[in-house]
Amino acid sequence: MNFMEKIITTKDVHLYYGSKEALKGITLDFPDKGIHALIGPSGCGKSTYLRTLNRMNDMIENVKIEGEFKFKNQDIYDEKIDLVELRKKIGMVFQQPNPFPFSIYDNVTYGLRMAGIKDKRILDEKVETSLKQAAIWEEVKDNLNKNALALSGGQQQRICIARVLAVAPEVILLDEPTSALDPISTEKIEEMLLTLRDNYTCIMVTHNMQQASRISDTTSFFLSGNLVESNKTKKIFLNPDKEQTADYLSGKFG
Amino acid sequence: MKNTKFQNNVAMAIIKLIAAMVVLILVFLLGKILISGVPHISWKFLVTPSKAFTAGGGISVQIFNSFYLLILTLLISFPISLGAGIYLAKYAAKNKITSLIRMVIEILSSLPSVVVGLFVFLVCVVQMQIGFSILAGAIALTFFNLPLLTRNIEESIKAVPNLQLEGGLALGLSKWKTITKIILPEALPGIITGVILSAGRVFGEAAALIYTAGQSAPAVDFTNWNIFDETSPLNLMRPAETLAVHIWKINSEGIMPDANAISAGTSAVLIIAILIFNLSARYLGNYLYRKLTSAR
Repeated sequence: MNFMEKIITTKDVHLYYGSKEALKGITLDFPDKGIHALIGPSGCGKSTYLRTLNRMNDMIENVKIEGEFKFKNQDIYDEKIDLVELRKKIGMVFQQPNPFPFSIYDNVTYGLRMAGIKDKRILDEKVETSLKQAAIWEEVKDNLNKNALALSGGQQQRICIARVLAVAPEVILLDEPTSALDPISTEKIEEMLLTLRDNYTCIMVTHNMQQASRISDTTSFFLSGNLVESNKTKKIFLNPDKEQTADYLSGKFG
Repeated sequence: MKNTKFQNNVAMAIIKLIAAMVVLILVFLLGKILISGVPHISWKFLVTPSKAFTAGGGISVQIFNSFYLLILTLLISFPISLGAGIYLAKYAAKNKITSLIRMVIEILSSLPSVVVGLFVFLVCVVQMQIGFSILAGAIALTFFNLPLLTRNIEESIKAVPNLQLEGGLALGLSKWKTITKIILPEALPGIITGVILSAGRVFGEAAALIYTAGQSAPAVDFTNWNIFDETSPLNLMRPAETLAVHIWKINSEGIMPDANAISAGTSAVLIIAILIFNLSARYLGNYLYRKLTSAR
């Protein structure tokens, strides 16, 4: 892993919901590839920050966003940017699994078909590789025409990840992807994320500190709209620079 | 402790009594209409045109008019309501203009239908010189139907979790594509149910039609499908009395000897049609929901 190369850089990010300042000047970079965890107590702004990276906050009313956002030296908030193209490169997985009310096959191929790919051979191949990458191929390969909503929550979440992988993103944003799932499903998703880290940049918000320490390469600690500390995960968990980080990790608050 | 239990029992008893009363009234009404009406329904009754002065008239033209008017009304009001519903559910900003629109829709939905009928009578029938016609009737029914259908479509769309919209957007779909390709299919069962229920209401409406579609049902030639021909059933400009208006007309000024029998029979036909609408709405809604959300 080459930690020198940055894929996403943000500088002095401020975000206001009306008059409330939710992000108070975040400057944070993400190295190419690997798993990067954002941790902190509820309401600290980590999810809000994550959603600025693919502009999911745009559709919320009364939001004002300031700062510099770059994805591979391209301004994310440039007025001329193709949002569709951007969101293909920066995919997102949500807290609640949200498969579309279609078949598994249609879910995974949705992004591709919307992009105009109609060739059945390519779609079939994409479905298989994406579902394999998302570690759910074995469970659903005989039932690809089954409605995705009929699957369990953990399976639905992996379908959602396969759906993102199918459009070949470079960055995957994960907003507490396992907090609605049971421990076994969580473990499956963690194992799967570990297989993705060599080829994708995963930026993951998590409430589960064990999860961050188990699978992430870097960890950033947020507190009331500020970034307290960001470093290699080992360093953060074993020997943090800031007292607040140590207090949070040892359970003194949060 | 004992006291609370007692109170609970009393409350339950009262609620059950009220519910039983409602059901009893409904059963009595339906039973009365069906028992007095069904014996008069025959194949001949359904396929002969009505007669003004002599016995033995049927309701064939009125049945056709009712369905034709319903289809026309839905053809006009559904696209408008769909657009308005999508706008209100997903695009409208939360500001004064939007709440004003909502208020106007609410007021429109509480307008007495006879007022709507008179308005369309003055504007379309008299001012624009359309005359008593199916077209004027469909316009009146559209005014009547629009607010309820818009509200229904808006609610059906809002019932789809916002997560689906976010999922589509995050996948790089435009908002419009996400709404039309993902959210609408999921909202479809609710929308269909609403359309059919509103169809039942439109089907039974009389007051709004008396001054618009008119109170006469000139004989039509069911073999003539040229929409511009006076005698064609499809002609939009011919006066068209519907089943509900027919009932009102016969009861207020019917002079045929078998007026009572015709009125009872027509009422039964109307009630049966509306029952079919309501039951099929339930069935179709459930069926579509299963089809869309569970295993194929």
